[in-house]
Amino acid sequence: MSAEDALKSKFDGGELAFSQFRDNHRIVVPAAKLFEVLAFLKNEQNFDMLAEVTAVDYLEYEGAKDRFGVVYVIVCTKSGERLVIKTFVNDPEPLLPSVYSLWKSADWLEREVYDMFGIRFSGHPDLRRILTPDEFTAYPLRKDYPLKGRGERHNFPVLTRAES
Amino acid sequence: MPFEVSDLAELDAPDKEYLWTLNFGPQHPATHTTLRLILTLDGETVVNAVPHIGYLHSGFEKLGEHLDFNQYVTIVDRMNYISPLHNEISWHHAVEKLLGIELTPRCKYLRTILAELMRIQDHLLNTGTCALDLGGFTAFLYFFQQRELIYDIVETASGQRFHTSYTRVGGVAFDVNNAWVNKVRSFVKGFAAVHAEVHRLLTRNRIFIERVKGIGYLSAEDCINMGVTGPLARASGVLRDLRKDEPYLAYPDLDFKVVAAKDGDCYARYLVRMQEMVESIKIIEQCIENIPEGPVNVDAGSKAVIPAKPSVYRSIEGLIQHFEVMMPNRGFPTPKEEIYAATESPNGELGYYIVSDGTPRAYRARTRPPSYIHFAVFPQIIKNHQLSDVVAVLGSLNIIAAELDR
Amino acid sequence: MAMKDVPDNIFMTSLDAAASWARSNSLWPMPFATACCGIELMATASSRFDLARFGAEVMRFSPRQCDLMIVAGRVVMKMLPVLQRIWLQMPEPKWCISMGACACTGGVFDTYAVVQGVDRFIPVDLYVPGCPPRPEQLMAGIIALQDKIKHGGTLNGTEFGKRTQPTGPTPYDLDELIRIREANEKLISIN
Repeated sequence: MSAEDALKSKFDGGELAFSQFRDNHRIVVPAAKLFEVLAFLKNEQNFDMLAEVTAVDYLEYEGAKDRFGVVYVIVCTKSGERLVIKTFVNDPEPLLPSVYSLWKSADWLEREVYDMFGIRFSGHPDLRRILTPDEFTAYPLRKDYPLKGRGERHNFPVLTRAES
Repeated sequence: MPFEVSDLAELDAPDKEYLWTLNFGPQHPATHTTLRLILTLDGETVVNAVPHIGYLHSGFEKLGEHLDFNQYVTIVDRMNYISPLHNEISWHHAVEKLLGIELTPRCKYLRTILAELMRIQDHLLNTGTCALDLGGFTAFLYFFQQRELIYDIVETASGQRFHTSYTRVGGVAFDVNNAWVNKVRSFVKGFAAVHAEVHRLLTRNRIFIERVKGIGYLSAEDCINMGVTGPLARASGVLRDLRKDEPYLAYPDLDFKVVAAKDGDCYARYLVRMQEMVESIKIIEQCIENIPEGPVNVDAGSKAVIPAKPSVYRSIEGLIQHFEVMMPNRGFPTPKEEIYAATESPNGELGYYIVSDGTPRAYRARTRPPSYIHFAVFPQIIKNHQLSDVVAVLGSLNIIAAELDR
Repeated sequence: MAMKDVPDNIFMTSLDAAASWARSNSLWPMPFATACCGIELMATASSRFDLARFGAEVMRFSPRQCDLMIVAGRVVMKMLPVLQRIWLQMPEPKWCISMGACACTGGVFDTYAVVQGVDRFIPVDLYVPGCPPRPEQLMAGIIALQDKIKHGGTLNGTEFGKRTQPTGPTPYDLDELIRIREANEKLISIN
């Protein structure tokens, strides 16, 4: 029985939406059920590797209902099977359960999502900014942040040759 | 275990006052590029290491949302800059999967050769500098000579020796000729001798072995749980190689082995990388003698492909298509879909998650960078090692800062 | 002193010229290699191109021991304070080469994080364009800098004291200024 069938029989309330595009098997999961689904896949379906956690800001996406989509790509290293799990969260307080207790690779991946999109993960051991400086206040990959920034890149003292 | 706040409180306790704090980086020769570690030392033993990254964060992914699929190739080049062409191949692999383009056989073989050359180039620099950091300067010079030969090959094909921007949606920028094929042949012929020489220099070198053997152990379970892929995982006994598991390009036709070791230490990683170069040479040998004839770009019927120059200059259809692809306000329609596609880069699984909104510009172009995942492992494997082992472990992890921070 | 009294192997020159000649032929680079250009810098120093032929191969990673800083690669906002600090730590006389398009102007990375040219914040003597520059080009740059030192250098570095203006363009371009003003106005309205 494939993982998708197992999921269908376990969560038969119709909350999960299954689809396929090329070779990607995708499952859209409501945020409330996310941890349960991922824990089931990890513990009972043997998806032992979390390859990727990322987010998408759907602010300017045509026909999108929710603000942020968070994507988990999980792999079963035994069978080589790959699943793309997706969930949606919304402003003003985007919050998801951390999957650090399942896969340790979630540590930095979730930190990056927090840094770039401002989505918080409850239960994460150390949710700090990782790529941008600590004093940075914006979330750069949100669609309402301009490509060239808001002048942060030029906010430094200038050294001339005479004084250095 | 990664850094936890409670660790720090414990290390700050009054009875732990003898512990030293050492700042390592962000500008240090052994970091190769820019990364920073805060090490807590008990004498010379590393008790705790806290990595700080982002010193080269330059907004690649934000830029990817503003450039179209062909233009963004110039940016992904600059991601893992010791094997630039492989990033391009990965990126266009994902784009072509999104658009549903099937490459021509000639292009598949050509890209396979280039991908394997890049794997050799990456491993050459990595093993060379790893030895350099541990005091062996000669191997570095031997290997850089070979890298220059690969640069020459790439330059003949694309016109640029470093950031080639060579691949395009549905093919490559220019076809290669016989002179290029001969260059690859002569490189393949000469490589074995240098490889053997470096084997003699390092593999049984007492000093080198003392520095790397048993250092930086990573178990197979940890590798899988922490998302480690590529030569690092294979050195710990995880038999996972996307070239075999999810074959792409010409890999299904080829005969090669997945190299793996059991020890999981720095020495095993060095050996895996050395042996992978031999396997890559084998792949190139098979490909170069069997490059199919025919067009290198997919048929111009699909709208996403840049037409050949003669057809642009001599036919109105070619000109129109060139215009449609090149002009920023025109472009080609793409499926309004999302896709994750990964390839086996020299460093591990290099994946792209593309969200398309129907325009030729990615709505979101996410990279899954292997270096980022691998560096997260560092605090765990450096614990209870000597300070001098930091350099050996960093060298064997092959952290590329531009890929780490993007 | 008449020329006939000078014994063999004695040359008459100014002290400035002699010092500059010596300095120009023993540049010790400090490779501030952040990205791709750093690999080309390594290629320049290694076997095929061999920077040692021009007396500038003694790469020292400690800023206290160097007199030529080669900024190779893009510098981002998190790194710039580090760059400035290392520049201040280098002893006089010192020079700076900005290597590659990103260090010179920001290059292709016109994004929120990348500093648009290090010359806006530290003084730069010589620009080597290219993305990344070929090793030959970096060597040409180093030779040009040697020429510059030979012909304009003084013993106690008075020529440096005259450079009171920043090397780069005025710190902000116009749309940058507008954006900053807008952001400030927004902040004021929020507060």
